[in-house]
Order: sequence, then C-alpha cells, then structure tokens
Amino acid sequence: MNELQWPELIIFGALFLLVTVLGFAASRWRAGRTLEHLDEWGLGGRRFGSWITWFLIGGDLYTAYTFVAVPALLFGAGAMGFFAMPYTVIAYPLVFLPLLRLWSVSRSRGYVTPADFVRGRYGSRLLATLVALTGIVATMPYIALQLVGLESVLRTMGFNAGGFLGHLPLLIAFVILAIYTYQSGLRAPALIAFVKDVLIYVVILVAVLYLPAKLGGWDTIFSAAEEKFSSTESAKDGVLLSGNNQLQYATLALGSALALFLYPHAATGVLASRGRNVLKRNMSALPAYSVLLGLLALLGFAAIAAGTEALTNAATGEPDTNTIVPKLFDDMFPAWFAGIAFSAIGIGALVPAAIMSIAAANLWTRNVYKEFLHRDATPAQEARQAKLASLVVKFGAVAFILFIDPQFSIDLQLIGGVMILQTLPAVAIALYTRWFHVWGLVAGWLAGMTWGLLLLYGIPNPAAGKEHFGGSALPLAELNLFGWQPFPGSETQIYVGIVALVANLAVAAVVTVVARRFHVFNGIDSTEPGDYHVDEDDKDLRPVAAS
Amino acid sequence: MSARPGRKAPGLRFSPWNLLLIIPLWILITPLYNRMEPALFGMPFFYWFQFVGIAVGVACTALVYRMTRERPTAPARGELDVDDLDEGSGR
Repeated sequence: MNELQWPELIIFGALFLLVTVLGFAASRWRAGRTLEHLDEWGLGGRRFGSWITWFLIGGDLYTAYTFVAVPALLFGAGAMGFFAMPYTVIAYPLVFLPLLRLWSVSRSRGYVTPADFVRGRYGSRLLATLVALTGIVATMPYIALQLVGLESVLRTMGFNAGGFLGHLPLLIAFVILAIYTYQSGLRAPALIAFVKDVLIYVVILVAVLYLPAKLGGWDTIFSAAEEKFSSTESAKDGVLLSGNNQLQYATLALGSALALFLYPHAATGVLASRGRNVLKRNMSALPAYSVLLGLLALLGFAAIAAGTEALTNAATGEPDTNTIVPKLFDDMFPAWFAGIAFSAIGIGALVPAAIMSIAAANLWTRNVYKEFLHRDATPAQEARQAKLASLVVKFGAVAFILFIDPQFSIDLQLIGGVMILQTLPAVAIALYTRWFHVWGLVAGWLAGMTWGLLLLYGIPNPAAGKEHFGGSALPLAELNLFGWQPFPGSETQIYVGIVALVANLAVAAVVTVVARRFHVFNGIDSTEPGDYHVDEDDKDLRPVAAS
Repeated sequence: MSARPGRKAPGLRFSPWNLLLIIPLWILITPLYNRMEPALFGMPFFYWFQFVGIAVGVACTALVYRMTRERPTAPARGELDVDDLDEGSGR
C-alpha cells in the first residue's frame, strides 16, 4: 500500500459523510403520499423542476468515468479523444423534439421505462423485452465503470493495495450507496447531485485557470503534446485528426449522441421532470456541463506538459491511465484542494451509479417481473421488487470489478454503446411513426446486434496486445457484405455502431415492406396521437402514483 | 405520419423554427476545423472552434424554446378556458 494521503482522506471522508446523510434524508425530501410506487421510488414523483432536473441529468450523463477517461484519452491519443465535444454539442438539438414526445406519452400513459413505451406502442411483448434486456445489459458495465472512476481516486489517495484489501474502500462506499438508494429511490441521487455538481464546477474552473498559468500557458501545453505525439510511431495519435480518423471522429460523435438518451438512466432522468418546459430549458442549460467536459479534457494535455505519470495499479500490476487526472491534481495542487477534487470525482461516481441501478431496476420490474413473473403485481409489489433489483444490480457491478479485470467492463461498455444504439428504431422512430412493422423492428434489432458484435469482435488492438474487442474504429476496407467489399484497401475508419445501425434500419425496412405486403398482424397501438403532446397543466392528466 | 390519423389531435405538430435544430450538426464536418491556425490563447483552432460549437447549439435550442412556447403544446383535450391557458404560459 502507498502512503496514505491524510489531508485528502479527511476531506474526502467528510464530504462522503455529508452526501450519505443527504442520501438518507432524501426519502423525506418532497415526499409524495407513499414511496411504495415506482412513480415515487423510481421517478421521484415525476415532479422535478428545471434546477433539480439540470443537476440530476447533468450528474447522470457527465459521470465520474467520463471525467476520468476523456482526459486520459487525450493524454494517450490526442485529438481523437476530443470527440466527446461534438458528441455533446449535437446531442441536445437532436433529442430536443423526440424527448418531449417521450415525456408526454409516458406521462399520459404512466410509462416508467422506454420499454414500457414500446410495449404500449406495438403491443408486442417480444419487442419490449428485447429493448428492456438491451437496456439492462448496456447499463450494467456502465455502473461498473463508475466504480473504476471511484477506485482510481481511492488508489491515488493511497488505498493502492493488491487483492481484496485494495477493493475494500470501494466496497464500503458502495454498500452505503446501495442502502440509501434502496431507501430513498431517485430522490437520493437528485439531492446528492447538487453537492457533486457544485464541487465539479469549482474544481474544474480552478484547475483550468490555475494549471495553464503554472505550466506556462496553453501554447506550452499544446507544444508539449505535439512533441509527445510526434515522437511515437503510431499514426493514430496527434494534436489534430489524421486523414483516416476524421470519419471515425464524426460518426463516433453522431452515434454516441443518438445513443445518449436511449440509455435507460438518461430516460429515467427525463421522465422524472415535471413538464415539457422543464425539458426544453434543460436542452439549453445542460451544455454548460459540456464546456466543463471540454476544459477537463484539455487537462489531459496539461498532464503531458506537467510530466504526470500514471499510477501503477497494484491489483493488475499495470499502469492505469485512468489515474492521470487524479495524479495531476495530486502533483500540482495542495493536498486540501486535491482532496476536494477527489471528492468531486468520487461523489460523481455515486450519482450516476445510483440512477443507473434505479433505471435497470425499473426495467427489470416493469418489463420482466411484471411481464413474465407476476402479471398482477400491485404498485407496492412493483416498488419492493425494484428496490431489491437495485441492490442486485449494484452488487453485480461490484462483482464485475472484484472478480473480473476492470478492462472487461471497459470493453463491455464499448459494446454496450453499439448495442443500445440498435434500439433507436423501436424507441425513437416509433415516437413519430408506426411505419416500421413490429417484425421489421425485431429483425432489424437482430441484424444490427449480430453484425455490430461480429465487427467489434474482429477489431484487434495490437498496442494493448488484444486480438478482439480492441476498439470501435473499423477500417472501411474490412467492411464485407457476404463477400462484397465496397471499399477495398481503404484505411479510413468508421464507428461500428453507425454501420450496425444502418444495417438495422435497412433490414427493418425490407422486412416491413414484406410484412405489409402479406398483411401480417402489426400489434395494437394503445397510444393516441394526443398522448404525445400532453403537458403538466392539462386538466384530465393521469395522477402520479395511481395504480 | 401517424399510423392512425383522424383522431382528435394531429400526431405531428410542426413549427418552422424546429429546423434550427439542424444547424449544430455542422460540427460533424471535421475538415472545416481540423487545423492549428488561427490559434486563440495558444489553443489550436480545432479545440477552441468546438467550444464555439457549444454556444451555437445552445443558441439554437434556446431560440426554438422561445419561439415555440407561446402556443399551448397541448390542444384542447376537453374544454380549456382562457384562465387555463394563462396558467400554462405563466410558468
């Protein structure tokens, strides 16, 4: 074990204690009639206003892992890592209109998950189950990654032991998180998000003003980065994009933006808001977090200029690039400030982990438990089931980290992004039209999923010594449609998720045309056009937490 | 576009202002900004230009919100009187 960093630990401990108290107190915050209903436990009563929603969704989307991994990506590969920027620039305008429709129809019909909507729109258990399972599988590794973020901070503070001892602080933090999420539901992360986000804003603004001044200005930082990348043999890194990875940059940004609100935890944050105007305001306000993310990303270059070296993870024996930003703070700032920064990242892991586990628990309860195991479950039974499921999900994520190489969850998260994108036709397009036939959507999902996974499996990463799942960048030359290669010899790279999505849409369209030609039954739509426009002030609105 | 037209409310409501939401997508055209010069505060064009992209995105979403919020998003499901409309736009 390294030497424990006491000042940092004390500050971290104090702030962790504060959010723990908040987490437990949250069950009484803006409490509704009962917590024994998914509308209350799983969606915070569906009445969060603009500010709470801003903190909640901001805390939900801009996770600890993002704050640790994106700068690490710039540190390692340069410009390519900055894709998070165009990604978050286009995400909000893209989802602005569809999200309003999703909110309205869910409010009107009492839907708790995106899969609930699919079930109502197509009346198909199969399609809804596919969407729900995709959501759960894509979310699980994401929760595990929050632990990676939290652990990178704990290791930098000195808890860098091998084996079980090294994971113990993480385990304790997570048990506490699990208990108050169980008790308070979505209100816990909503309240903690205030603390997390205020800390994050302070830390990053200070760092971004102070570090460049200390290191000799941005031009020194960028020249140091340029020097580093020109000294490596790889053609894939650099301060600018190369000719081959520009398409990858753009398609990865587009694919990630399209996937963002398909993730169940993002939908949970959206459905918990009070009304359409709350969401509209947030589409303009959430990009404030993107500015932070962009600035933080550049600290990856600052770490190059400062000569920061990644900590060696005592559990795996390899340098862990995710410790770059924590190490940078540790090296460059007084201990008390580093302590605040670490708390920001650590608490930043708790908020999304809580929301994600609630979202996965909602999916399990509504779309598996109620659908297959206990058809006539009462709202109270649903709530109890979801609370238990949130525990299972969290300990599943801890088990991921304890017993399996963390690299595995990073790979899985990469796969998860490609997978969740395949629910776009069934969820996002279905918000607008039922043109796609239910069997078309099932076939498209199957095609996109299979092909996407096959392509990911085939991508090696020689630098990391991996033969499979080495990344999401596919050289166009490798595209192979039953023996036909559209772009032989091309080195240009593209994001696998987009390729799979195109295949998904194409198959869905063909099967739709065929199914319509033979008049195959297309399920029953239990939504009405008016459902997609309801708002908070409507008179005959469905009451929250009604059975 | 709805599969079942003719219900009491139209399935799709369109405002020309919504087209503004397409503008931020230009940030996907990387050749536009993949270069070093002109730098700003020592930051290559590639980086600071994308920060400007955030501002453009915010301007577009904010404008669409301003321009489309006046009309009630939910049309009469039942009878709405003037007071109800006032309450809705007062938030």
